[in-house]
Amino acid sequence: MSDTPTLSEIIFNIIGRGLYHTLLLTALGLLIGFILGISLALMRLYGAKELAWFSSGYEKLFRGIPLIVLIYVFAFGLPDILWYIDPLELRLGSVVLALSLRSAAYQSQIFRGAILSVNPGQMEAARALGMKGSQAVRHVVMPQALRLAVPSWSNEYSVVIKDSSFASAIGIIEMTQAAYFVSVNFRELWALTYLVLAVLYFLFTYPVTRIFGERQSKKLKKLGMGGG
Amino acid sequence: MQVLKGVSFELGEGEVKVVFGPSGSGKSTLLRCINMLSPPDKGEVYLRGQNIKAPEVNINEMRARIGMVFQHFNLFAHLKAIDNVSIGLRRVKGFPKEEAREKALEVLDSVKMDEWADRYPAELSGGQQQRVGIARALAMDPDVILFDEPTSALDPELIGEVLQVMLDLAKSGTTMIVVTHEMGFAKAVASEMIFLGEGVIIERGTPEHFFISPKSERVQNFLQQLDVLYGSHEKLLK
Repeated sequence: MSDTPTLSEIIFNIIGRGLYHTLLLTALGLLIGFILGISLALMRLYGAKELAWFSSGYEKLFRGIPLIVLIYVFAFGLPDILWYIDPLELRLGSVVLALSLRSAAYQSQIFRGAILSVNPGQMEAARALGMKGSQAVRHVVMPQALRLAVPSWSNEYSVVIKDSSFASAIGIIEMTQAAYFVSVNFRELWALTYLVLAVLYFLFTYPVTRIFGERQSKKLKKLGMGGG
Repeated sequence: MQVLKGVSFELGEGEVKVVFGPSGSGKSTLLRCINMLSPPDKGEVYLRGQNIKAPEVNINEMRARIGMVFQHFNLFAHLKAIDNVSIGLRRVKGFPKEEAREKALEVLDSVKMDEWADRYPAELSGGQQQRVGIARALAMDPDVILFDEPTSALDPELIGEVLQVMLDLAKSGTTMIVVTHEMGFAKAVASEMIFLGEGVIIERGTPEHFFISPKSERVQNFLQQLDVLYGSHEKLLK
């Protein structure tokens, strides 16, 4: 990059070099966070006392640690244990681990709240039909809880995609790091570059929270699900 | 807290038992003890000679044989009417999908809700929802159906359609325990009525007994109050 880049070159540079890792980190962080989060919520609500304690402790722990600290701990700690794995993959893995473990704590809360907001009469009606508790949870409570969780979950998506930018702190080239490179190479363009970056993040978050947050809320209300 | 004391009765095949009494008298608790949604601390419940509290008894199998219709319908909000009716057949009785659907449609037809099979509960009126609730219980071919104030959450103009369905059921020999204040319904089909107060049976007898010569003053006053508050809805019943 020697000639001063145009606006579209800045955009394509950030997207071309950084989007892949931003989306990869977000998708993996959310997916693993989803699996762990649901498990934690079920443990907390339906599990034995010890499991409920574990779940509650997990939530408190991971909500109390800054994400960047988790990333540093894994990024510096993992290579000592897993020295035979490619360093770049290990760095990506550190961020995925940090994002998903923290997201699991928040998703657990989201799903716990969603399960609790399913009308208790739904569980009673399922049991009265002769369903086992596990069947009632699987076929009646969870399908409704998952729908009820969509608005909060879309918010969690917007948190995770934005926080994937912390990966730049350990040198992963995602959107923020790509923008950083442009801004140090062409210092006169730093403001424009970060404006482009900010707009890109906005475009990846706002429509999603709009569709899955507000529209889903209205739809759920129409179906008469949840508390109110 | 003891909610029910010494309440004991038998219900024969095809009989309709109507339970009524002031709020807080334990009517709902009585029904919830029968299907163990609120398991009684003491006392027994027998279904066709089988003690359903016995340790070797699978309570889920028993509940599948005891239908329940709720005051607030409690239809599964995420499922269409037809799936509300077929889910028990599929998940509890293990029917294949198509068979469950066919049977569910038949039952919906019997409560005149087949045209609404593909609607979600929120798209139905209260009366329609309750008819689906009845269909959901009926589809399981239960030995007995418990009705917990099935019309008391309904607007007056919707009560008739639900009572009519219940009346048809009673006349076709369905065994039912009905908690209700619909005295017109009781008069028409009850084989015995039980007046509960503070968890004990204050008075029991046939509809004739209650409407012609109730013994206790309390029952007399209560029946009078009901008539003032609700009317008997006799004109709703063909």
